[in-house]
Amino acid sequence: MDKLVAQYSRPQHQNDFYSEAEQQELTEGMPPLSLKFALPPVDNRAAFLRAMTDDHANPSCPIKIAHGTTTLAFRFQGGIIVCTDSRATAGNWIASQTVKKVIPVSRLSRGEDKPSNEPTPGLLGTMAGGAADCQYWLRYLSQQCTLHEIRHKRRITVAAASKILANLTYSYKGYGLSMGTMLAGVTPQEGPALYYIDSDGTRLPGNMFCVGSGQTFAYGVLDANYKYDLTEQEALDLGRRAILAAMHRDAYSGGFINCYHVKEEGWVHHGFDDMNPIFWKTKLDRGEFSNVTSEL
Amino acid sequence: MTSLLDHSRGETVGYSFSQSTAAPVRQHGFYPYTDNGGSTLGITGSDFAILAGDTRSTSGYNINSRMVPKVFKIGGEDETGEGAHIILSVVGFAADGNALKERLDAVVKMYKYQHGKSMSVSACAQRLSTILYGKRFFPYYVHAILAGLDEEGKGALYSYDPVGSYEREQCRAAGAAASLIMPFLDNQVNFKNQYIPGSGEGHALEQKKAEPLPQETVKQLVRDAFTSAVERHIEVGDHLQVMIITSNGIEEVFHPLKKD
Repeated sequence: MDKLVAQYSRPQHQNDFYSEAEQQELTEGMPPLSLKFALPPVDNRAAFLRAMTDDHANPSCPIKIAHGTTTLAFRFQGGIIVCTDSRATAGNWIASQTVKKVIPVSRLSRGEDKPSNEPTPGLLGTMAGGAADCQYWLRYLSQQCTLHEIRHKRRITVAAASKILANLTYSYKGYGLSMGTMLAGVTPQEGPALYYIDSDGTRLPGNMFCVGSGQTFAYGVLDANYKYDLTEQEALDLGRRAILAAMHRDAYSGGFINCYHVKEEGWVHHGFDDMNPIFWKTKLDRGEFSNVTSEL
Repeated sequence: MTSLLDHSRGETVGYSFSQSTAAPVRQHGFYPYTDNGGSTLGITGSDFAILAGDTRSTSGYNINSRMVPKVFKIGGEDETGEGAHIILSVVGFAADGNALKERLDAVVKMYKYQHGKSMSVSACAQRLSTILYGKRFFPYYVHAILAGLDEEGKGALYSYDPVGSYEREQCRAAGAAASLIMPFLDNQVNFKNQYIPGSGEGHALEQKKAEPLPQETVKQLVRDAFTSAVERHIEVGDHLQVMIITSNGIEEVFHPLKKD
């Protein structure tokens, strides 16, 4: 009899934690995003958007969207290094030389980018491709991560965060989004974790990624000099050197070198430095870039 | 052989999909934008922000009006913009610019009515980004610049691309003559490529450090930038509209520019 009662009665505390409706909202709580966006009144929206905004297919397109380029991140013994350039181009026009292409994700633990050596907890995202796409969707991801933090009372894993973003980009496949982003973070569950997510819906875990038009140049430097056992200073220098190489050879990269180190306690900012003095210092003090002469 | 080729265009080959023989649906070209020309520019100082724009409105080689302002007060109490604390400039397609201004104005007013305090410039800046991105797949053809004073009373300036990527900056030029004005601003506001004389030889020369400029200097820079742009760009001219935002409120002045 007791067995029967137990089988058909509800447990006493069933509704104490989350009700069924709340649980459903928690698991399926993603808002239907596509409904919020204004769409052009034409049959082929992707073709319309391409005609208006894509300067690769159509260099005389009326709306030039700012694009960003050359970002890298790699795992090493001391955590993860994230480095980027700071140039944004719209066609041949340099729209900005001071873009912040590393975006802190997860708002609860996000501090302002103050010049301090105290680590800030949270994840880092990088920005390559359409500047607005990256900024907007990393902001959206930040919101989702914050909600996750509040609901589950612990920080989101990099795997889960990257999957939110990948599912999102996959659901917008064919709409013309353009982003190549890396998510880096250190969590107790995963240790240092690095993921690559792009607008095709690709999501890859890995140890080293370079993204953007200058990626090949950065890979060249990283592959030649990378070791897992790099010290923190060596790793930061290698990241900077790879970005410098990309800035030198890729016209769409340039401006300032932005460096971050992600470790267990959080991320630390290691400078936003003008490339020009660094280039000449690298050339004159270390004898690299010897094909460049300082005389005419 | 000929028969084989002929058949290959029909259903007989056995494709799983039908090869449509009907003509595709024809559609007129959909081009919903006009470039109305003109240029805008914004510079900040330690306790003020300036937004300026010319007032010419063009379509192709035609000048349609000589007085279409591009700088607007956002969140004011009436149509004169009394009590506003944020200003917005839009350049590109004037209809989109107007629609954007109206939307942001409504948002800032709603915020005030709902929360009983005015919206901070940083919040307004992020909201504008979201509004622009809401039309990611059918963009506003505008380059927007937003200005105001931040929480510390310092001048704040935010610039946007058409789909909402934004950045806080010291100065920004947008529109037709941006490529003429921006390099001038880099040199005169951020002291790019200016070095301290006698600070070293060759590569040891020290860069001149950028610091906030006094209001009078900035006003003069704005007028110089526009008078020069008028000389070399056909879509810029007629009048210069300047709005200066300080802790005392917003001051608006018009200066004449060449009418040719």
